[in-house]
Amino acid sequence: MGDALCRLTIREMNRLLRAREVSSRQVTEALLRRIAEVDNKLNAYVTLTQELALEQADAADRRIKNGDKLPPLLGIPLAIKDLICIAGVRTTAGSKILYNFIPPYDATVIRRLKSQGAVFLGKTNLDQFGMGSSTENSYFGSTHNPWDLERTAGGSSGGSAAATAADECIGSLGTDTGGSIRQPASFCSVVGLKPTYGRVSRFGLIAYGSSFDQIGPITKDVTDCAMLAEAIAGWDENDSTSAEVPVPSYARVLDGEVRGLRIGVPREYFAEGLEPEVEDAVRAAIHVLEGLGATAEEVSMPKTDYAIATYYILTTAEASSNLARYDGVRYGYRTSNASDLLSLYRKSRSEGFGEEVKRRIMLGTYVLSAGYYDAYYRKAQQVRMLMAQEFAEVFKKVDVLATPTSPTPPFRLGEKLDDPLKMYLSDIYTISANLAGVTSISVPCAFSSQGLPISIQLTGKAFDEETVLKVAYAYEQQSQVRHRKPPAVPQGDGHGV
Amino acid sequence: MEYEAVIGLEVHAQLLTDSKIFCGCSTRFGGAVNAQTCPICTGMPGVLPVLNRQAVMFLLKAALTFHSKVAPYSRFARKNYFYPDLPKGYQISQYELPLASGGYIEIDTPAGRKKIGLTRIHLEEDAGKLVHGSDTGSQGKSYVDLNRTGVPLLEIVSEPDLRSPEEARQFMQKLKAILLYLEICDGNMEEGSLRCDANISVRPVGSDKLGTKSEVKNMNSFRYVQRALEYEMKRQIEVLEAGGEVVQETRLWDADKGITMPMRSKEEAHDYRYFPEPDLVPIEVKQYGIPDYDARLLTTSPRLADYYEEAVRHAGHPKTVSNWVMGDLLRELKRDGTEIEKCPVSPAALAELIKLVEAGTISGKIAKGVFEEMYRTGKTPAKVVEEQGLVQITDVGQLQATVAEVLTQHPEQVKHYKSGKEQLLAFFVGQVMKATRGKANPKLVNELLREQLNAESRS
Repeated sequence: MGDALCRLTIREMNRLLRAREVSSRQVTEALLRRIAEVDNKLNAYVTLTQELALEQADAADRRIKNGDKLPPLLGIPLAIKDLICIAGVRTTAGSKILYNFIPPYDATVIRRLKSQGAVFLGKTNLDQFGMGSSTENSYFGSTHNPWDLERTAGGSSGGSAAATAADECIGSLGTDTGGSIRQPASFCSVVGLKPTYGRVSRFGLIAYGSSFDQIGPITKDVTDCAMLAEAIAGWDENDSTSAEVPVPSYARVLDGEVRGLRIGVPREYFAEGLEPEVEDAVRAAIHVLEGLGATAEEVSMPKTDYAIATYYILTTAEASSNLARYDGVRYGYRTSNASDLLSLYRKSRSEGFGEEVKRRIMLGTYVLSAGYYDAYYRKAQQVRMLMAQEFAEVFKKVDVLATPTSPTPPFRLGEKLDDPLKMYLSDIYTISANLAGVTSISVPCAFSSQGLPISIQLTGKAFDEETVLKVAYAYEQQSQVRHRKPPAVPQGDGHGV
Repeated sequence: MEYEAVIGLEVHAQLLTDSKIFCGCSTRFGGAVNAQTCPICTGMPGVLPVLNRQAVMFLLKAALTFHSKVAPYSRFARKNYFYPDLPKGYQISQYELPLASGGYIEIDTPAGRKKIGLTRIHLEEDAGKLVHGSDTGSQGKSYVDLNRTGVPLLEIVSEPDLRSPEEARQFMQKLKAILLYLEICDGNMEEGSLRCDANISVRPVGSDKLGTKSEVKNMNSFRYVQRALEYEMKRQIEVLEAGGEVVQETRLWDADKGITMPMRSKEEAHDYRYFPEPDLVPIEVKQYGIPDYDARLLTTSPRLADYYEEAVRHAGHPKTVSNWVMGDLLRELKRDGTEIEKCPVSPAALAELIKLVEAGTISGKIAKGVFEEMYRTGKTPAKVVEEQGLVQITDVGQLQATVAEVLTQHPEQVKHYKSGKEQLLAFFVGQVMKATRGKANPKLVNELLREQLNAESRS
């Protein structure tokens, strides 16, 4: 029964807790046992917070016993991407440069989850500072895909996606700067939502690209995604870029109803580089929605071609500045052989950052340099505005856009490691939503002939998480994909409870 | 040959805000080392800045005093460089879109009063302080105190309008006096709460060509501003007289030796890679957009201006609030000989009354009476409206009946109206208002009257 407990969704566990059929401690212990069993194969976790988790679980059980008002996430064990600060818990950003950093404060999302009484199992693996698409750029080793251990779990939130898919947690948080929630969710066959920029507070999220980064849920189904999104969303006085837009009840709109809904299918997303199997699966999923009464029409978004170039200019520029604080002076890794101030900086940073991080810092430093700013940074900002306008235009005609999340199913570990450009292209369908600041969700829709996950991505207008969740839910109800469990992980009975 | 100096100053003034510019830490001078810090001002991973409103208000005070133009849209920028007193590796400053630009400060010269132009005024954060080993007894080590990190700085850049070191000193003293009067900076150059750097070049008197300038730093008193610039002026003249060329460089004033010395060139080879700060939203300074007459009247006393601004904060609609304050409110106060601070109607209560009118709950006419009652009794507008049953009648059925009644009672006027005397409409409106004791919605009454009169003429 241990594994059955691990397979619970947030909604199911919430019901069982209320009915007092299970305790939070029971599920938390089952999950910790499962992590001990399978995570040596997956490497989804960087840090386990076993003691904290059991303490929080017991506190939740006491609240349930006292019959207090029970928030939806009370007692639910979650995994948190190691880019989000939890007070007193080591937070590494997946990098050697923060290998020993213990933040003295909670991120706003953590504070909100704590106030609901959620349980934190640990911190999950990622590409350093969120920079990567395969979780191979982690100081703590690569995360493996539970569907095929030879393949990547995606990135940068590969740890959260793998942990969720392999039932090493009930739900999880990831972060998305250019697809880092949606692409790993797609690769691991779980649901991942990138909220609108400004929807979720970034306070306590270690910055990569400040005007792109958003925290969002990675969950086993759309219902859980709605519940977790609702818990973390909303204005925060500590984040000036968070929006004062009220948060509706997301779970309430999940009724399976999509009649009259207009789906846009952007031509540019079904072009060269897209694997035929993925295209077929996504088109089939769109058909399913049409069968439910939605209408689909082809639209054109020609500025999509500029997405990757624009993204890598702007995010690296922001990153080059955001990562300047890791200088070996106040916290984190400091070189042991500095001779003067300059060598302290140079050596601490050269030894502490990974290759991909250094590459992006150099790119960003270059595009902001005197004489290049106008040609690169300013131009890219202008293109970004045009892309946002293109999205605004297309959303006058359609309610959501349906596209693949990734052009391919999960690729092999090591396959793209020596070719950064090839790696960057794996985000081609996800980064536009971050450039435009809109919301986007990835929902599993099929398996390839090799048994690898394929997902459909639904993108909606800014602050319209309701519509993408609604459509995602309607589709999910028609699909059997979510009932399939990864074979690469031991499925047998654990130790029972 | 006789020479004159061309000098421009860049001044940094620490603002006397209660807390730092982007976090809640205290700005008090002289606290225990690193006691006035938090994760935000020490640049921990994941933290974000939130702009201190008071700092912006202080800048606006200065900008208005200096006749500067306040930008309706402004933003912060990151100035990137590495130094241990700068925890984030960048300083949040302003670059392309400063909060204010232009304006001037007047100084007195032997030739009379002179306006020194200002290029720009902006906000930025101060850096921390390094304490080196030799000062602490542990040789070979350096320490950093971040108490000062994030203290708000007003940066004021002058045009190169100063023509002598004496004028530069005068400018600084005048500036200090103004900042003190505004109560936004304590002006202490020795403690560093007021600091200045100078750009200086020399040229033959009568020439309008600019010479090569040097930048002079580390002048931490008014006297040193003058002495350092006198030295630098003399030095540049000597270089030129000897047939040499002035090198563009940064020089440090050494007060003990009474000379300026070039800074090591490595320290000034910076490309700051400015770009807009993505963690802060642009600042929009909104104007009330009320006529000059209103603005002058409302600012006859600071208390009155405060009253007005608070009411606008609650109600919006700056011109409507202005009308109420200048009209009904001041009239009542004048009649009583009462001061605004003793006004029985609070700004929030006035705002509530205005909102009742905006929402259509009561008519503007009824509101006048409600205001008088509020002034007399100190009651809230909602209470007055409720007690006296003044809620505006917007019920179509009820008003239709009253309109019909009025028309029946005045057959003569109806006849005249129909024969073309349409100005009689106002008469009918007046009658309906009378019948409803002023509570009818005037717009609705107008519509219903036209409807019924036209319908009658067709039948």
